[in-house]
Amino acid sequence: MTQSFIQDTQEAIHEAIQSKGLLRITGSGTKDWFGAELKGNPLSTKNYQGIINYQPDELVITVKSGTSIKEIELALEEKNQQFAFEPPHFGDNATIGGMVCSGLAGPGRVSAGSLRDFVLGAKIMDGQGQVMNFGGTVMKNVAGYDVSRLMPGSLGTLALLLDVSIKVLPKPIATATLQLEIEQQKAIHTMNLLASQPWPINASCWQGEQNGMLHIRLSGAKAAVESATNSFKKNLGMKLLDPDEAKKFWDSLREHQSDWFKSSNHQALPLWRFAVAPTSNPINLPGSTLIEWHGGQRWWQGHLDAAAAKAIAAKAHGHASIFRSSERDLAMLSSLNDNPLTKALVPVQERLKKAFDPHGIFATGRLA
Amino acid sequence: MNTHTDNPIALIKTRQAQLVKALNTVLPDHALLWEPEDTIPYECDGLAAYRQMPLAVALPETEAQAVAVIKVCQSLNIPIVPRGAGTGLSGGAMPIAQGLVLSLAKFKKILQIDPIARTAVVQPGVRNLAISEAVAHHGLYYAPDPSSQIACSIGGNVSENSGGVHCLKYGLTLHNILKVRAILMSGEVVEFGSLAPDAPGLDLLSILVGSEGMLAVITEVTVKLVPKPQLAQVIMASFDDVEKGGNAVAAIVAAGIIPAGLEMMDKAATRAVEEFVHAGYDINAEAILLCESDGTPEEVAEEIERMTEVLKKSGAIRIQVSQSEAERLKFWSGRKNAFPAAGRISADYYCMDGTIPRLHIATLLKRIQEMEKKYQLRCMNVFHAGDGNMHPLILFNGSDEDEWHRAEAFGSDILETCVELGGTITGEHGVGIEKINSMCVQFSESERDLFWAVKAAFDPKKLLNPDKAIPTLNRCAEYGRMRITGGVLPHPELERF
Repeated sequence: MTQSFIQDTQEAIHEAIQSKGLLRITGSGTKDWFGAELKGNPLSTKNYQGIINYQPDELVITVKSGTSIKEIELALEEKNQQFAFEPPHFGDNATIGGMVCSGLAGPGRVSAGSLRDFVLGAKIMDGQGQVMNFGGTVMKNVAGYDVSRLMPGSLGTLALLLDVSIKVLPKPIATATLQLEIEQQKAIHTMNLLASQPWPINASCWQGEQNGMLHIRLSGAKAAVESATNSFKKNLGMKLLDPDEAKKFWDSLREHQSDWFKSSNHQALPLWRFAVAPTSNPINLPGSTLIEWHGGQRWWQGHLDAAAAKAIAAKAHGHASIFRSSERDLAMLSSLNDNPLTKALVPVQERLKKAFDPHGIFATGRLA
Repeated sequence: MNTHTDNPIALIKTRQAQLVKALNTVLPDHALLWEPEDTIPYECDGLAAYRQMPLAVALPETEAQAVAVIKVCQSLNIPIVPRGAGTGLSGGAMPIAQGLVLSLAKFKKILQIDPIARTAVVQPGVRNLAISEAVAHHGLYYAPDPSSQIACSIGGNVSENSGGVHCLKYGLTLHNILKVRAILMSGEVVEFGSLAPDAPGLDLLSILVGSEGMLAVITEVTVKLVPKPQLAQVIMASFDDVEKGGNAVAAIVAAGIIPAGLEMMDKAATRAVEEFVHAGYDINAEAILLCESDGTPEEVAEEIERMTEVLKKSGAIRIQVSQSEAERLKFWSGRKNAFPAAGRISADYYCMDGTIPRLHIATLLKRIQEMEKKYQLRCMNVFHAGDGNMHPLILFNGSDEDEWHRAEAFGSDILETCVELGGTITGEHGVGIEKINSMCVQFSESERDLFWAVKAAFDPKKLLNPDKAIPTLNRCAEYGRMRITGGVLPHPELERF
């Protein structure tokens, strides 16, 4: 299967080069709504599936890009391990390739790190059909540029991801979730203050308008989670959540299936994502906000002029992008052009894309 | 007839005069060195076996001056070698014969500390340890701790993606920085990364980190700070067999424990350091494992108990747990002093840096033992066992030319074995000039071509540290031909590249 997939794909690439065509790399299409409008003929990875190597002792798994995240997470679960960055699936058959190339992460990202932090190596096929290996399966590797870490978030505009090696971690022994009703500004401060102290905080979320509900998830050694739970109850007046309810809360948050996100889907309101410096003041927009990652990721629903959204984000040292919307145009996606100090990187990024894909067959423009 | 092309020394003198004249217009007198007695301290970095005098050394004091220097070099087509503290071990900061050394040594201010946001903005010449010292009173520290942390600078750490003994749990430099401000070879000042959790476009920060000064000149780094654990304790375990020690490492990870540090030393290394620091190491053990836990007191107690159990099951013959901070530091002092200890028992030592999957630790150690016989040189092994990063120290006498060439061949042999075992030629020291030939073994021609294209995307004229890290096609072809004659290079006195 591997060999024929490689050959078929190389043929498709050569054909696209000849016909000056455009190839849109796709897994199961669960994130088709993400990024700029879709363009090009689908180049599917669905016939390229399977775990190549999983060595729990080495804390690394190597998989083919068309494999479903669900299958991998089940294999990890069996060995009591996990992807600590908690990737959202956004659909039943979401693939590892889509997970990596969208670069998205869930609640645990704030303590464990981003998806890119966990990518150790990748086998890719470039825009000329050449198969290349970068990085590897070891934790430390500084031989050559870290090309495999360019794949996360590249949205299929650089190269086709074939195989990827990802660092995995043991599941925490204990977790607990606490909640507290608190004002937005105070919540942002509290999340960051607690994170600057040696508590085993793994995730945070606040949702509301002026006032709202703060959730904090602890995870780690049993004793550490217990002592933090006791301290937060006693000193901050937080309440411990039932473990099943807590799991539902974080899972539905990760998948954007919680009530807060559902109301946006229901009313077909555009969903904006603000990635900002975590300690920034509340974003000054009417209605409800949902805050994750100690304030680093903020969600807001509603119609908003792209320039206005970007200005708000720039004030908070970050960037704004439309995340989900029935209508989207390039201006609504954050780009290197938004910031005077990253403008000069635009030609660099263009040349990088050309380095991987000289004929522009992956130049779908999906990444603004 | 052009006398310059006929006389290389005259050519160099002319280039130097041209460069110095141009730089004098943008730098104060004291920020430019070009007399040999002034530039000689810059002829090498921490890898002293490789030396080269530069045309000149620029020591700008401001970003605007650094920009001006870069623009001068761009217009004169003069290659630049950026340099931090010069502690690198792979020759990444070794000058280029007709190039300029751009030292960032005067960029040593800590510009901002934000204890609540847990960030510090520092200039590239700030020493690694100085960051942790400056934020200690907030109960915070900067996690990556390369062995050279008292001297190495953060700009160099970013360029090499430095690790240290705690990176299994806390990550490498890449995982601990948010934003880098840098100058492109075009002279434009840009920012990579963001104070926000991510930045628009491709993840260019990832490619900048570990790029060995080949893509941009760093002028400012925003680092992440982490809360200092309330307590740390270390277990020192002895094994009567190296393989058992290696398996114990895997067993700890398999038990779901990520130690704060997990280091191993073989008998040769243990004996050398014990003689040097008297840390109470078991000199009869074939391998010693240092296994650290940090966190809240309750957490550490729980983890130390679990670690001890695993180590016992794995066949540890002696287990000691540090009972005080002083004792913990004493246990670590041996490991941290492994390099100077090697310097005590041998005139010179050559430190390797390969990384392999942990399960092959024992295999590699056995292969190294065979190589000791083959090359007739001793080797002591210290390594970051938790992440499979090995530092074999090949002992040799540098005044004996033949010994040095055997040491070099021994080193290449180790690195190629690492690649064969599924690992890499460098875990944290970088390729630099030292391991550039081994890159021909680890990467195919198309992969190396892509590296060059990545470089050209940032630096189209290839002026920024151009002869490091990525070998040219010709170089690899030449290396391939030489290897056929069997390990030791023929006519090593000849300049080949």
